[in-house]
Amino acid sequence: MSSLILRAATRALAPLLLMLSLFLLWRGHNEPGGGFIGGLVAASAAALQGIAFGPAAARRMLWLPPVGVAAIGLALAVLSILPSALAGLPPMEALWAKLDLGDGAVVPLGTPLLFDIGVFLVVVGSVVALIAALEYAPE
Amino acid sequence: MPQRGLQRSGCDMLTVVLAPFAAALLAPLIVSRLRDRAALVLALVPASLFAWAMANLGEAFPGRIEATPWVPGLSVSLSFNLDGLSALFTLLITGIGTLVVLYAGGYLAGHVMLGRFFAILFAFMGAMLGVVLSDNMIALFVFWELTSLASYLLVGFEAAKPHARRSALQALLITGTGGLALLAGMILLAEAGGSWELSDLALAKSWLQASPLYGPALVLVLVGCFTKSAQWPFHSWLPGAMAAPTPVSAYLHSATMVKAGVYLLARLEPALGGTDVWLVSLGLVGGLTMLMGAVFALLETDLKLVLAWTTVAALGTLVFLLAPSFEPSVKAAMAFLLVHALYKGALFMTAGNLDHEAGTRDLTRLRGLARAMPLTFAAAAMAAFSMAGLPASLGWVAKELIGLAKASDEIGLTLTAATAANAAGFAVACIAGLRPYLGQASEAAAEAHEAPWTMLAGPLLLGALGLVFGMSPQLAADLLIAPAAAAVLGTKPALEITLFKGFDWKFLLTLATFAAGAAIYLAWVRFGAEARARSAPVLERGPDRGYDHLLAGLAAFASWLTRLMQPGLLHRYVAATFAVVGLVVIAGAFRGPFALAPLGDGGKLIEWAVIVLTAAAALATALATTRLLAVTALGMVGLGVTMIFMLWSAPDLAITQFMVETLIVVILALILIRLPGFRITSEADRPGPGTIMIAAGAGVLVAVLMLGVLAEPFDPRLAEWFGANAVPGGLGRNVVNVILVDFRALDTLGEITVVVAAALGGIAAMMRFGRRRADAGGREDR
Repeated sequence: MSSLILRAATRALAPLLLMLSLFLLWRGHNEPGGGFIGGLVAASAAALQGIAFGPAAARRMLWLPPVGVAAIGLALAVLSILPSALAGLPPMEALWAKLDLGDGAVVPLGTPLLFDIGVFLVVVGSVVALIAALEYAPE
Repeated sequence: MPQRGLQRSGCDMLTVVLAPFAAALLAPLIVSRLRDRAALVLALVPASLFAWAMANLGEAFPGRIEATPWVPGLSVSLSFNLDGLSALFTLLITGIGTLVVLYAGGYLAGHVMLGRFFAILFAFMGAMLGVVLSDNMIALFVFWELTSLASYLLVGFEAAKPHARRSALQALLITGTGGLALLAGMILLAEAGGSWELSDLALAKSWLQASPLYGPALVLVLVGCFTKSAQWPFHSWLPGAMAAPTPVSAYLHSATMVKAGVYLLARLEPALGGTDVWLVSLGLVGGLTMLMGAVFALLETDLKLVLAWTTVAALGTLVFLLAPSFEPSVKAAMAFLLVHALYKGALFMTAGNLDHEAGTRDLTRLRGLARAMPLTFAAAAMAAFSMAGLPASLGWVAKELIGLAKASDEIGLTLTAATAANAAGFAVACIAGLRPYLGQASEAAAEAHEAPWTMLAGPLLLGALGLVFGMSPQLAADLLIAPAAAAVLGTKPALEITLFKGFDWKFLLTLATFAAGAAIYLAWVRFGAEARARSAPVLERGPDRGYDHLLAGLAAFASWLTRLMQPGLLHRYVAATFAVVGLVVIAGAFRGPFALAPLGDGGKLIEWAVIVLTAAAALATALATTRLLAVTALGMVGLGVTMIFMLWSAPDLAITQFMVETLIVVILALILIRLPGFRITSEADRPGPGTIMIAAGAGVLVAVLMLGVLAEPFDPRLAEWFGANAVPGGLGRNVVNVILVDFRALDTLGEITVVVAAALGGIAAMMRFGRRRADAGGREDR
């Protein structure tokens, strides 16, 4: 698989896709998007890398081993249970903190966001892990 | 009408039951510190429990009940009942337990695993005390199973020997299966009697026996008791259990654990006894076991096996005596229970002494050991006196009581059977208790020497006790036998014993029994070898062989089922899943009429276009000749679904579906590129008519189901609630996302866990594939 066009396009498209995935993750609570969709978009960037440069390239996109990324995501999702449990509320009850940026811009940050980031990482890690595993079946 | 024990607060009995478990935890430590003197220290535990039981004998009538809540929600409590029956067993368990601990200290002196041995032995002791003291059936069951586990570990103590491992497993499987039956039976009893407490059930006799559950409950409980107490046809594990070290055989497999079944029968007699089913099943099984044990004991030459078979016979006798629920019989059972525990414990210990000091248990090689081992001989002789039922022994008393019970039974057959078993007992007493010590000294006797005092204290004391009780039988009757019988019968404890009732026909019968016993003994000496040679091929086809066949059959069935269910071929799994789901749905459709939504109700042109396109892609998937084409076409089906989501304003679903379909096609394509031989579907891959039918059926089924669901009026409450609460409750306008990460976050957590697990599975599969490729490559290189 050595199409010059694909490779050149991938170099441009993959970063764009990654940015799009973060955007989808961030806005997901109010507009279409979210951790799951964002994670899939990021994973499709990895799949593009995998087609253009081979499975190893997909794995190199992440700083950590992909399964490790998935594990961190799962841990984040579980951790998001803790604050409400520590506060004596039913576990998983959402807690929110308002971050005031001035000029009337208030960003609500809450445990659901942490949970969504966890979902994002799980999806990215798992799909990239599967793509990277193709290394075991050499061309 | 039985009397119920007096309710007391406190937890004396809980302490009594837990003390041996604590000792079990400490035993390895004590052994590693004190080595061979550890047994002396450890024996203090059962000795003090024995003292406790003696001190509390006064309360054994009408009994004393203590309860500690355990799982109150399920009405499971650690409630204990000390009455005459449990007091008798507690004294046997702790008394013989003390002697066995001492004995084991000598028998296993220097054994590397002595600490582990004592740990298991004490755990058993605690569990056994729990069995006989528990009033709550669930607690009793837990302790009951613990005794089976301890027995498993002790029978398999010499784990390097295959025979020991097989015997241990056999004992565990048989008693464990029986235990499960017992649990089911107890649940039925609690259902029918309205209580989990045995003391309540004893008062609910008329309800219980009128209940339709009585029959099934009785059968299940009997299976549990019969397996535990080695009744025919479940007896085969007990001779096998002789693979255990001799102290274990003396303790678990003659004096205590095997009597747990008898104990429970006696305990349930007030609740379940007195019916024809009870009489016939206990009478038949007990009688058969009694005679079988007596005969087989005479066909063995291994001293421990001879004793094991007589234990089987004794257990049969006990069950037999419990069959008719009437007074003389129950009293005889309690007396025989006591005497058997005393003499059989002693005889096992002397057998261990012979094995230990003379180096063999083979009766044909053990002769004339009286000179070398006089004290062992004295103990064995005293025990043999009791076993033979000679005058001035407790055995005589028990035999008199049995004779009395049978005589008032007016059934000649039972009297004959009991007499035959007695005669065989007399013969075995001579064979196992006297013959090895008398006569010309054999080769083994030349090098034998007396056992250490720890190994003599037990058998001498137990043997002597049989004679002491024999000479003052009223003491044994008032102290132990009458209260135990009273607990079963629900009467006041009373038992008058007259040792000699004059020269009536019963006395003549006793003399005849002795004569028959002597004749059997002489016949054993004269024709024993020939009888063994002739019977061996027949005996090989007993239940023991049946157990082997059953086990092999079970393994074969399991592997057949596994091959059927797990063929390792993906298309078979898929076909099976769809076929089963389809059958279930079709079966459900017959349960009642259901409406279908009308087809083609309006629909815009673009919707029809998408549907036609999707259907064409599905057809292309099925007909594709290359796998890459099939994967791509399948992706198109997914895109069609995505478009339907878009048309119906579900952007989140649409994006997700779109991304998933894209990734599936890309990943599958990447895999297919790496599988050159797999790209093109061959003739063999073409689906057969069965597969086509299942596939078409599944499609039709889903369509019908969808139409059925749509025909139901849509309940908007959930959708409205989520819509109304997303912003105030979840601080988000995207309802789908708020549901995913807030309202139903627990579901999502489960889902992402599955995603990670699936990824790990996929990686593992790929790694295996890669290794296989590497192996294949390696072979090609060579």
